Amino acid sequence: MTGRLARIRRTARTTRILSSVAAILFIAGCTNYYEIPIETPIKPKLDVSAFQRVLVAGFIAGGTDDVDGNLETTRLLRSQLRTKSDLRVIDTDVLPLMDVAAQESAPQEAKAEPVKSNNSGAEGEAKSEPKGEAKAESKGEKGEGPQAATPDKPAAIKDAKDLEPYEHVFADVEYWKKIGEEYQNPLIVTGTVMFTPHQRSGIVQREEEVYDSFGRRRVVPVRTYMERKGYILQPKFVFIDGRTGTVMHSENFREEVLYNANQSTPALSSYFELMDRLIPSFLSTLSSQKIKGTRVLLQ
Amino acid sequence: MRTRVLTILLLLGAAAAPLAADARSDAKKQVQFGIAVAQRGLWREAIYRWERAVQIDPKYAEALNDLAIAYEHEGDLDKARVAYEKALEVEPNNALIKQNYELFKEINDRTTRKDTQDSQDNQNP
Repeated sequence: MTGRLARIRRTARTTRILSSVAAILFIAGCTNYYEIPIETPIKPKLDVSAFQRVLVAGFIAGGTDDVDGNLETTRLLRSQLRTKSDLRVIDTDVLPLMDVAAQESAPQEAKAEPVKSNNSGAEGEAKSEPKGEAKAESKGEKGEGPQAATPDKPAAIKDAKDLEPYEHVFADVEYWKKIGEEYQNPLIVTGTVMFTPHQRSGIVQREEEVYDSFGRRRVVPVRTYMERKGYILQPKFVFIDGRTGTVMHSENFREEVLYNANQSTPALSSYFELMDRLIPSFLSTLSSQKIKGTRVLLQ
Repeated sequence: MRTRVLTILLLLGAAAAPLAADARSDAKKQVQFGIAVAQRGLWREAIYRWERAVQIDPKYAEALNDLAIAYEHEGDLDKARVAYEKALEVEPNNALIKQNYELFKEINDRTTRKDTQDSQDNQNP
């Protein structure tokens, strides 16, 4: 009796499985579908049709001393915009924004002449005609020299909190309007860049090769305790209308990379690795992008 | 009298079924042609064909799905959303349409997403 019941249950189970398989095959057979690659054009977040030129003015940078966040970011964004946007990139020296910000916070006389009183040399460079990227960079580096020598030299920026006293410079409409007039009312790109070393330890899952008794290779996940170090990149891009000096848009980003503690990765290489990740988002603010994907057409 | 009414109704019903089948068959031809041209990259023509298919048979979920994909490819994301939603209204359990819609939403959300900080905050601090 028990054997007969078991046989009936087995038959019922087999019938259920067979009918499910048949249903799946039937659905698959009935549905004609075609995978097709598509490219979805994405409109830029910002309407920059009113501008023919873009000025990447410079950044207030902090964090590690191994990378000059101001110069590297300015150079990288200029080169990206040159190849991937329709705007004409203005080649000029990097603005000494930290000095400008520090000066604006300083007493009355400094406020009356925002830039010239303390940084006439640097301002002169900013107002100079386009001279080519390489020259601009070397001058920019020199620009750091006088900056370091000024009496009211801004304190070193080591973390995001240190940036706060400088952020008001982006709201200085008069200053940006003046810069805008100087460069024929371009779209101005500026902001802050924090590039800080970082380390973290904990359990990490990694893949390890193992060979069984027959010599067959397998890759298995192994959880191990690891000390890792790397960098955090936190840029804030501010887009200013050079005609009015007002902020049009701003965006914050955060990217982080960690390596095995034994691995020696140069700071500059990590900086570029992290910037590579967020450049598409930066560009999508100004120019249209195409996102590739696949969809299924049905009949 | 009652017999006559019943007969007329039966005749109408019998005539409507092949008409609906004809509509689907016509729409299917448009969809097939649309797929063929889309595969050759002629998306405008494909849109025309799939719009025709949806006009002929507004409950043709597959045509609505294809039309949504074409709108997406053309960057007309609002129209794409409407077409996907209509397709899912007709066939809410169609896994392939759902999958297409999910992928579309991922892109659409990215473009409409409010970024961490809006320009308004900066203009009026």
